[in-house]
Amino acid sequence: MSPRRTVEYELSTTGVDAQGRPRRVPLVTEGGTAVALEPELTLEPELEGEHMLINLGPQHPATHGVLRLVLELDGETVVRCIPHIGYLHCGFEKIGEYRQYNQIIPWTDREDYLNAPGNNVAFVLGAERLFGIEITERCKVLRVIACELSRIMSHLVWLGTTCIDIGAFTPFLWSFQERENIYKLLEDWIGARLTTSLTRVGGMGADIPSGWTQGLNNFIRTFPKTIDEVDRLLTRHAIWVGRTVGLGVMSPDEAVNYGLSGPMLRASGVAYDVRRDFPYLDYETYDFDVPVSTHGDVYDRYLVRMEEMRQSVRILQQALARLPEGPINVDDPRVILPPKNKAMSEMESMIHHFKLVMEGPRPPIGESYVAVESPKGEKGYYMVSDGTSKPVRWRIRPPSFVNLSAIPKMVEGHLLSDVIAINASIDIVMGEIDR
Amino acid sequence: MTAPFAVVTPGSAAPGATAPATPKNLPHTGGEANPSAEALRARFGAAIERVDVVWGETTVYVQGARLLEIVRWLHDDPAQQYDYLSDVTAVEHRDLDQPLEVVWHLRSLPFRRFLRVKVRIAKGEKLEVDSVWPVYKGADWLEREAYDMFGIDFRGHPDMRRILMWESFKEGYPLRKDFPLRGRFSRSEQLRQALDQDPEARYSMEELSVADAFEDLPPDMRERLASGEKVGE
Repeated sequence: MSPRRTVEYELSTTGVDAQGRPRRVPLVTEGGTAVALEPELTLEPELEGEHMLINLGPQHPATHGVLRLVLELDGETVVRCIPHIGYLHCGFEKIGEYRQYNQIIPWTDREDYLNAPGNNVAFVLGAERLFGIEITERCKVLRVIACELSRIMSHLVWLGTTCIDIGAFTPFLWSFQERENIYKLLEDWIGARLTTSLTRVGGMGADIPSGWTQGLNNFIRTFPKTIDEVDRLLTRHAIWVGRTVGLGVMSPDEAVNYGLSGPMLRASGVAYDVRRDFPYLDYETYDFDVPVSTHGDVYDRYLVRMEEMRQSVRILQQALARLPEGPINVDDPRVILPPKNKAMSEMESMIHHFKLVMEGPRPPIGESYVAVESPKGEKGYYMVSDGTSKPVRWRIRPPSFVNLSAIPKMVEGHLLSDVIAINASIDIVMGEIDR
Repeated sequence: MTAPFAVVTPGSAAPGATAPATPKNLPHTGGEANPSAEALRARFGAAIERVDVVWGETTVYVQGARLLEIVRWLHDDPAQQYDYLSDVTAVEHRDLDQPLEVVWHLRSLPFRRFLRVKVRIAKGEKLEVDSVWPVYKGADWLEREAYDMFGIDFRGHPDMRRILMWESFKEGYPLRKDFPLRGRFSRSEQLRQALDQDPEARYSMEELSVADAFEDLPPDMRERLASGEKVGE
């Protein structure tokens, strides 16, 4: 039976020795006198030349969903990264081939679920090109408001979750509070918070209720203060800067070649913004800047996204100022139901009503690819019609899918803990990547 | 800290051009074609099978055999500079006699142009087309997805594996028209197959072959690896 030992720590000695080991050593009392216990020689296992595989995800809070990265590590350095996706694959594109155009809109809520109103708008823009429809002025401005609100919403989630990943908790609470304000606005508008299904082919699901613009005005007034607060907290914060600067650098040539888009591309110094270069919804008539940064690292992506939120507020202000009166739906019996009283009293309206309800809108044979600037980048909807009420092919060009495909290039050579920061900077939404 | 990059502005190659604007009142067919289509005709002649303009978007149908050459020229030629690959996908029509189309959406940022390139693969022909990965690195996952969903083999792609479906998925290619919406097997059969999978087989053979984690493997994977098994076999 071994003698019972009492281990004490001598608390007065501070600091570490030359080997980086703590100077404090356990003391052992032997017969009333305290003797320093020689620390056991803890040899690190010999790992030189031996690489280790580790599995990051699919169930990992910092992978923003069900992304799985298989990392080959040399010590703590990533030598190779093999991403695995598809855990959330639902076959949206396949299902879309069995649905009418307006029935696809709820699916667009569910792919990039942080940007649901923006997706709704993008999808119907593609469908309207396929139908050859010009929407009304009021509808255009309302859609711009929806797009910019959802851009702010998505960037706020990005900001909050990235802060959590990197170790800051406060901005998460602030940004989610502001996001809640936008959700309240959306709920007043369309009745849903997350899955909005805000648009219809040729118009909107609902006009804004009376007094809604006042709520948006309040938001526009208070929101920049929150951004400024986060800015003060993070932009010059030593830990934040230290954890983000110089990570995951993509040069402009590489970024374009890899097909990156959105803040990822603009942080690398390429000023490509779909709103500016291939405009839609009359974005060319709004006065806004395209923020660009020139180091291409995680920190610059943060700066670009922060500035984008401010620019979105500018666009919202202009949209509110110009919001015209008038109808929200086009006067086109091919896509919009006639008013109920007409459908009950006029023969032609009744036929349109019957055809629309029973068969659904039928675009002519053709195809369209409409891209919008989603918060993640260039989001495109490619639709092919064979003249029936259901598309032959409905394709989503997912920006975060293409952005994520560059992750092996970005993380290799960095430390394991930096993988989290780099992955967060891509702003992935697995619903959109796996579809 | 690295030195800052120079800012690249789209539209830089055409400084005098009119500012881009929202397209309005697009004609169904017969709109203004992208000037690159004419340039392609002049350069490649018979390899350009057809040029369509639908809703203001120009589609160039090219011969599959010369696709890579054409795309490379579009990318490199100083008067074209299609430096951005937006999308790679495919379309199979409901009329199964129509050829399957592989579609590339290209953008020229310096000229602010958009071009759709299509290759048609007739029924019964092998679903094979050149990979544009040597020109655009962004084609990597997009082509893998087109392979996964349609079974198109992109020649020259460095890593032609399934991407959204799992590696052992044997039912075929989900976005093909002959694939039923609910899958080929019944729910109970799908469940049985899922339960048959070994949850301990966390890494693919390829991943295991790159790392010296051999000793930590489950015994069955060690055997498979030792017998020289490779990915996709």
